[in-house]
Amino acid sequence: MASNTIKFEKLPDRLPPSNTVGWMAWVKTNLFGSISNTLITLLVFYLIFLYIPPFIEWAFINANFSGSDRSVCDENKAGACWTFVKVRFDQLLFGLYFATNPDQMWRPIIAFIGFFGLLIPLMIDKTPHKKWLLITLLTIFPVFFLLIVRGGVFGIPDSDPSQWGGLLLTFTLAFVGIILALPLGILLALGRRSKMPVVKSFSIIYIEFWRGTPLITILFMASVMLPLFFPSGVEFDKVVRAMIGITLFQSAYTAEAVRGGLQAIDKGQSEASMALGMGYWQQTIFIILPQALKISIPSIVNTFIALFKDTSLVSIIGLLDLLKIAQNSSRSLDWNGYDIEAYMFAGIVFWIFCFGMSMYSQRLEKKLDTDRRE
Amino acid sequence: MRSAIIQGVLLFIVCYALLSIYQTTIFNLEERGIKTSTSFFDSVAPFKVGFSPFLDYELGKTTYIEIFYIGVLNTILVAVLGIVAATILGFAIGIMRSSSNWLASKFSLVYVEIFRNMPLLLQIMFWNFAIFLAFLPPPKQSLEFGVFYLNGRGLQTPLPIIENSNNFNIWLVTIFFSFIGVYFFRRWAKKRFFETGKTLPVFSLSLVFIILFTTLMFYALGGPLTIELPVLGKFNFKGGAQLPLPLFSLWFSLTIYTSAFIAENVRAGIASVSKGQIEAARSIGLSRSQMVRMVIIPQALRVIIPPTISQYLNLTKNSSLAMAVGYEEVVAVWANISLNQTGQALIIIAMTIIFFECCSLFTSFVLNIYNRRIQLSER
Amino acid sequence: MKKISLLLSGITLMGLAFTGVSTATTLEDVQARGELRCGVDGGVAGFSAPNNAGRMVGIDASICDAIAAAVLGDSNAVVYVSLTAAERFTALTAGEIDVLSRNTTHTLSRDATLGTNFTYYNFIDGQGFMVAKADGLASVKDLDGASICVQTGTTTEVNMADYFRNNNLDYTPVGYSTSVGTREGLEGGACDAITSDASQLAAIRSETANPSDWTMLPEIISKEPLGPVVRQGDDQWMDIVTWTLHALINAEELGITSSNVDAMRADSPNPSVARILGGESETGAMLGLSNDWAYNAIKQVGNYGEIYEAHVEPLGIARAGSVNDLWTRGGIIYSPPIR
Repeated sequence: MASNTIKFEKLPDRLPPSNTVGWMAWVKTNLFGSISNTLITLLVFYLIFLYIPPFIEWAFINANFSGSDRSVCDENKAGACWTFVKVRFDQLLFGLYFATNPDQMWRPIIAFIGFFGLLIPLMIDKTPHKKWLLITLLTIFPVFFLLIVRGGVFGIPDSDPSQWGGLLLTFTLAFVGIILALPLGILLALGRRSKMPVVKSFSIIYIEFWRGTPLITILFMASVMLPLFFPSGVEFDKVVRAMIGITLFQSAYTAEAVRGGLQAIDKGQSEASMALGMGYWQQTIFIILPQALKISIPSIVNTFIALFKDTSLVSIIGLLDLLKIAQNSSRSLDWNGYDIEAYMFAGIVFWIFCFGMSMYSQRLEKKLDTDRRE
Repeated sequence: MRSAIIQGVLLFIVCYALLSIYQTTIFNLEERGIKTSTSFFDSVAPFKVGFSPFLDYELGKTTYIEIFYIGVLNTILVAVLGIVAATILGFAIGIMRSSSNWLASKFSLVYVEIFRNMPLLLQIMFWNFAIFLAFLPPPKQSLEFGVFYLNGRGLQTPLPIIENSNNFNIWLVTIFFSFIGVYFFRRWAKKRFFETGKTLPVFSLSLVFIILFTTLMFYALGGPLTIELPVLGKFNFKGGAQLPLPLFSLWFSLTIYTSAFIAENVRAGIASVSKGQIEAARSIGLSRSQMVRMVIIPQALRVIIPPTISQYLNLTKNSSLAMAVGYEEVVAVWANISLNQTGQALIIIAMTIIFFECCSLFTSFVLNIYNRRIQLSER
Repeated sequence: MKKISLLLSGITLMGLAFTGVSTATTLEDVQARGELRCGVDGGVAGFSAPNNAGRMVGIDASICDAIAAAVLGDSNAVVYVSLTAAERFTALTAGEIDVLSRNTTHTLSRDATLGTNFTYYNFIDGQGFMVAKADGLASVKDLDGASICVQTGTTTEVNMADYFRNNNLDYTPVGYSTSVGTREGLEGGACDAITSDASQLAAIRSETANPSDWTMLPEIISKEPLGPVVRQGDDQWMDIVTWTLHALINAEELGITSSNVDAMRADSPNPSVARILGGESETGAMLGLSNDWAYNAIKQVGNYGEIYEAHVEPLGIARAGSVNDLWTRGGIIYSPPIR
């Protein structure tokens, strides 16, 4: 009875009720929370059990990897025929020219290594000198790429672009499309926000015209009509014609992505720079564009993903891109009947790149979101 | 002053470029001996279009310009079918994505990420060549789903045939009036709600009324429609409606591809409704279904609808990939077959582009109206 | 600065990819380039398709080889450009290729309105139908109401429409943009029959999983003279292509083959042989070529019969007694004399 004071003392935390922790509770709330929830769970489980095990069996367990012709696969029809992809791998990646000249294969390989060597550091946050890497990728690399893959100089044998194919062609078309469309798109986006009526209306007409037409029509136009628009003797290669079509198309989408970035820039920025006595171009190049481009990177990446997928349309005008080579191979006498494998391989390659890029753009979007909230 | 000069120069450059392209083209056409004119519009098309559900195709009568119309109608058909199916599937997948069920949410995530990250053309070819053509049976061993038959030729469905066109028209008019009746009923119910606070199950009542009324009238008028069932003939099913395999594959792939994008829009829309709204709805005692119907969906739709309309346009443009599987839409029959047969590249490509530009303008028009309506209600 | 360098790189890229501007004649172009650009299909067995080594072979590709041998002295100096049916004529008139050798049928409208000239025929074809043996069909007349797979954008489509209309038969066309597409359609059961040129049908049958399942119907419903095509307005080049083909046919008539051409050139009593192979008269100079033009073509590629035997016979299309045999043996392959 030393004192009458009441002593408040914190009791140790009680454990949460046992039905809210542990995997049992997680399963209960997330899978079997209510009757409808339970039904959905059971349905999805049923679908998974119906389709996934047979698929895994077909694609991996029973699959054929060995051998070098169809006899292996014909004997074991229960599994996928990855032998086919293995045998045709060079063609699928680099097209007919490099597949028939294996001694030249180092050229696209080096080009690919160079491309990813520049691209991957760019996607990592902490890389120093990103600006210079980007400039190298967009300016020096294309020239390097052309020299080494196209050849015809320094004693490297000439490889005609019409003989390129596979993933190499897919990448070339998409990459050329984006680097040529970027400057054009920036100018168009600036034009669309311009106060000069002529500039503005031209930009709007241009952007809406290309955005309203399917790419396949544009490719038709590029392959059938482009030769009519230029004087005789100006000859474009088939691949170059496709590149022109893709660039015109893509620049409209890039313009819209950049415009989104421009719109997000606070008006105070341009007012402040005007107060400092900057002219329009000074303002645009040093103040507005660097900020706007940074914001529009995720959208630009998204338009690039769309373009990357859309390059597969060139197969309709007869270019041997990854999809077309895969299809042709599966229809050749040697591998007739193994279409699923061909499409699946092409699909997985496309998917890896598109999914990777979309993950990157989503992450960037989140980061930009937090950046601006600071 | 400076801007006037810039604009003048730009105008000059653009006009000059267009003019010189025009002149070069005219010169090239002449020099290369290519004759361009629209006179081929009225000449009889020397080939047959296999699928033309809206205009009767008669070999030896149908002209090139009619081929263009057939192509346009077929494009619109697959676009409408695709839009309806993709919307339903897309909303289902998108709502599943926001479901509290972990498995369902992950399932829809996987669905979206798989299908939107692969080229559509690849998906069309995969479904058509590697799956449907390879695995669907010939007509004599068709898969039966009640009165529907699926085989290597496509999907055969029953077709309603108008028996008595007079009574059928009367029936259509009665349907129209039943909708008007429902409209007034809803107005009255709303008024009553504001005055007395009492609610009625308006939606289900209207639905029951329309269904009952139209069925009743249908039989009262002696059943002006009969259903024609597909019957196996010598080579394939005769009668009923045929959804040829190319159309079926195209529809299937367009639906799957576009639904992945719509699902993503739906997810973003639902996520955009702020938590405070849901908490507020709960605190004023709305039931779960009321909350979803009256609080979440109206706000989510505002975010969902604009990008979804753009997806509809994309779907329409993407239907041009039908060429790869042989569905006879405008790019296939007009910009490819007719172009090959006549060699009139300039006119044909221009008309194709104009058609798609019209679709695009129409889409922007609808979007603008929608945006304006939203703005009004936000005031 | 960054933007300027971006633009510059774009311009460089485009510039490097240009194939050049020229106003010379086709012959001068080809000689200056040192290679012949030849448009082919690239996917039709027996006509033009890559072999295992990736080289284009076939009766169409051989015509390209022979022209290159005649003009440049080297049958390997050819760049094959694979073209779709839609773009073949534009590619030719725009100068992207020097000659189009892509199983192309000679018709009036193509000759008169597309800015092209047809030279002569390297294969005379006709359109037929192929059906499953199991269906037991005996004639095209039995195909009333059938679905028929066809390659779109070709004369094939038109011939079929004409024939069915003429005979009051109904049908549903199932169109594909490639010939392999039609094959997959037939094998997958999208159609009851497939129609194409008889040679193509033979090629398609040889590529099916089970060639013996399919049979040709007896009717041949069209005339399809196939041959190389050149641009209008360059008569010298047209002569060169025409006469290279004639030289190959003449060689067969005269019994000159790639293996005996050297012996024949050194010592042949027949003045016609000597004229073809560069003796007695300056046939090459008349065309603007070197005098051993035909010798090179025959030596490096073979005569018409050799080409046919190497590429078309394997498809199962017998030549003896067919239209594609020499006129001396009952066919209609005939060439004007070289003198």
